[in-house]
Amino acid sequence: MSGEKPILAISNLHVGIEGTEILKGIDITIPSGEIHAIMGRNGSGKTTAANVIMGHPSYDIEDGDVQLSGESILDLEPWERSRSGVFLSFQYPQAVPGLQVGNFLRKSVSSVRGDDAAKGAAFREDLKNAMSKLNIPSSFLSRYVNDGFSGGEKKRFEILQMMLLKPRLAVLDETDSGLDIDGIRTVAEGINEVVRGTENGALIITHYSRILEHVQPDRIHVMIGGKIVASGGPGLASLLEENGYDWLEERVAEGDVFE
Amino acid sequence: MSQPSEAREAVGDYKAGWHDPENSTIRFDFGLSEQVVRDISELKSEPEWMTEMRLKAYRHFVDRPMPNWGNTEILEDIDFDNVCYFLRSSDQTGESWEDVPEDIRNTFERLGIPEAEQKWLSGVTAQYESETVYHSIREDLEKQGVIFLDMDSGLREYEDIVKRYFGTVIPFSDNKFSALNTAVWSGGSFIYVPKGVSVEMPVQAYFRINAKNMGQFERTLIIADEGSSIHYVEGCTAPTYSTDSLHSAVVELIALPGAHIRYTTVQNWSNNVYNLVTKRGVAHEDSKIEWVDGNIGSKLTMKYPAVILKGEGSHAEVISVAYAGAGQHQDAGAKVHHLASNTTSNILSKSISKDGGRGSYRGMAKIMPKAENCRMNIVCDALILDEGSRSDTYPTMEVGNASAHCEHEASVSKVGDEQLFYLMSRGHTEAEALGMIVNGFFEPFTKELPMEYAVELNKLMALEMEGSIG
Ligand SMILES: Nc1ncnc2c1ncn2[C@@H]1O[C@H](COP(=O)(O)OP(=O)(O)OP(=O)(O)O)[C@@H](O)[C@H]1O
Ligand SMILES: [Mg+2]
Repeated sequence: MSGEKPILAISNLHVGIEGTEILKGIDITIPSGEIHAIMGRNGSGKTTAANVIMGHPSYDIEDGDVQLSGESILDLEPWERSRSGVFLSFQYPQAVPGLQVGNFLRKSVSSVRGDDAAKGAAFREDLKNAMSKLNIPSSFLSRYVNDGFSGGEKKRFEILQMMLLKPRLAVLDETDSGLDIDGIRTVAEGINEVVRGTENGALIITHYSRILEHVQPDRIHVMIGGKIVASGGPGLASLLEENGYDWLEERVAEGDVFE
Repeated sequence: MSQPSEAREAVGDYKAGWHDPENSTIRFDFGLSEQVVRDISELKSEPEWMTEMRLKAYRHFVDRPMPNWGNTEILEDIDFDNVCYFLRSSDQTGESWEDVPEDIRNTFERLGIPEAEQKWLSGVTAQYESETVYHSIREDLEKQGVIFLDMDSGLREYEDIVKRYFGTVIPFSDNKFSALNTAVWSGGSFIYVPKGVSVEMPVQAYFRINAKNMGQFERTLIIADEGSSIHYVEGCTAPTYSTDSLHSAVVELIALPGAHIRYTTVQNWSNNVYNLVTKRGVAHEDSKIEWVDGNIGSKLTMKYPAVILKGEGSHAEVISVAYAGAGQHQDAGAKVHHLASNTTSNILSKSISKDGGRGSYRGMAKIMPKAENCRMNIVCDALILDEGSRSDTYPTMEVGNASAHCEHEASVSKVGDEQLFYLMSRGHTEAEALGMIVNGFFEPFTKELPMEYAVELNKLMALEMEGSIG
């Protein structure tokens, strides 16, 4: 798709929090219609990158840019980014006691996609289909957002929101952790549905190759110590899973490029 | 409950803060004296025993010191000489809205009362200043013997019932403000539900203060006879003025064996109203009394709905919420006394404080030595929205019988940044996100309200959250 603006372009991104630099110059470009993945050690900065894309107010952007379809989004508030089509599936979704799931979904769809999208039979149909695909019983509509949800239920609920909000760019932060085998397959199908054959894009943060087998990402980026140390094709995931990060770091030090 | 935008602009965020020109037919001079008390009673052509009770109450009020708890500083600020104790704004109680003076009718229309009446109520009284200006009850209920009147008419038409019960649940000597109310009471509701009658749809009373420096002292008495049930809903608002008004009501409930009374309040006073109210019910055998009490607005609220569990197997439920914004102190809570065996009570209190507001929970739960196998459960949760705001709890529990099961939980929380970020990432502005968190916090209360009230309350809280940000 040459000539088109990539859905996401992160360039030379330096990010700190409370005086500590966490991201030390990151570059990731996701062309329209592609799915990329980030793998990396615990604490390497993956969630930081996801939060910064969504606009978490606690981080200091020290340098670099984040662009959505060629436009910088760094000056936008989180809700403006959401309304522009950015979605984040949280590693740790937050509970909001007393806020009913059904209500919340309707309000969110209305905020992000406009009032009309949240009204009438079309919305109800959409909701019903998405819930049955994700195996979420309809009783969840009257429960409170993430309140008392099991780990896997929280992750399914994140994907339900993704399917209803129909983002242009979906960032999924360890959505597969805590999901059972069927859950992982369903989530993968959801991501494929949202991205494949469209102008959209997705960034999947994960520790495991299983979800990537279903999704077949176009590229995998490996993050260590706040930097992308390697990027490569889908094969990189299983190589990494077999050999570990130390091995990868050695290969990189020896000048290997994982194309 | 819509209203023209010019009125909203005039009063800022408080939607009910407009006022009408005063067209009183009788207005007393400011200040309180024995003569004022006599004049009120005479004006209403009351029986002698009521005049006497008023006078005794007045003397008690004068002698009784201010409470030395709650917010003593704000209490001491009340200027009893600068209050109008009686104001009549219509010479008759309308049976149809056409009979209500136009200004007043417009006000109640803006507040959505006639609309609500048609949609979901069994009966309505609308009080404006000291007296009821409108009253209606569905015919079928009247035929079943349900009495729903303003208190003045109740006393005139059913003196024997009133004499038997008035002041038996809350004697004038209970506290300084019950004494004040007994001395100068006017308006309020009188309800009697006959044996076995269930009033399916709620009845509503709406209390509106319009004049400056007004004192409103309604008096409500609800008697639910054996096996009957009723849901009473009250709403209150007042204009925003720079000077203070005083609202001091007394509400007495009597649930006879097997009866069920639910009393729902959503008050939204302007920030210049002192709201000092005494509410108490007596629950006889196997009866149930529920207070669903929402306190928004006012300068100082001191209110602790109470239930005396007098009969075996009776049950009390008190759900209260309070929202304290800038310059407000909500001192609210609950009181339950278990006098009989096998009685149960649940208290849930939730408060939000914001912009320097202060919310306090004050509770008194008592199980008497002779009461066996009682259960009581108390939960109080506070949500503090910013640094300068404050929340305190003053729970008192006295358990005199070892067979009791008592549980007490308290929590204080703050809105988390991660929670806000989560909601904002779903397209909601910071104010909307805060509104969702706050309304969620109040949800255990809101879900008990009639739907129309719930919707209004949610909107009101969302509007309060807008005010602070942006
Ligand atoms: N408020 C903070 N103050 C200081 N350090 C922080 C703060 N928040 C995060 N960090 C640090 O930033 C680093 C990156 O954290 P991040 O959550 O982005 O890692 P991650 O790659 O998502 O890890 P994981 O795989 O465990 O989810 C960690 O070392 C973390 O401790
Ligand atoms: Mg992480």
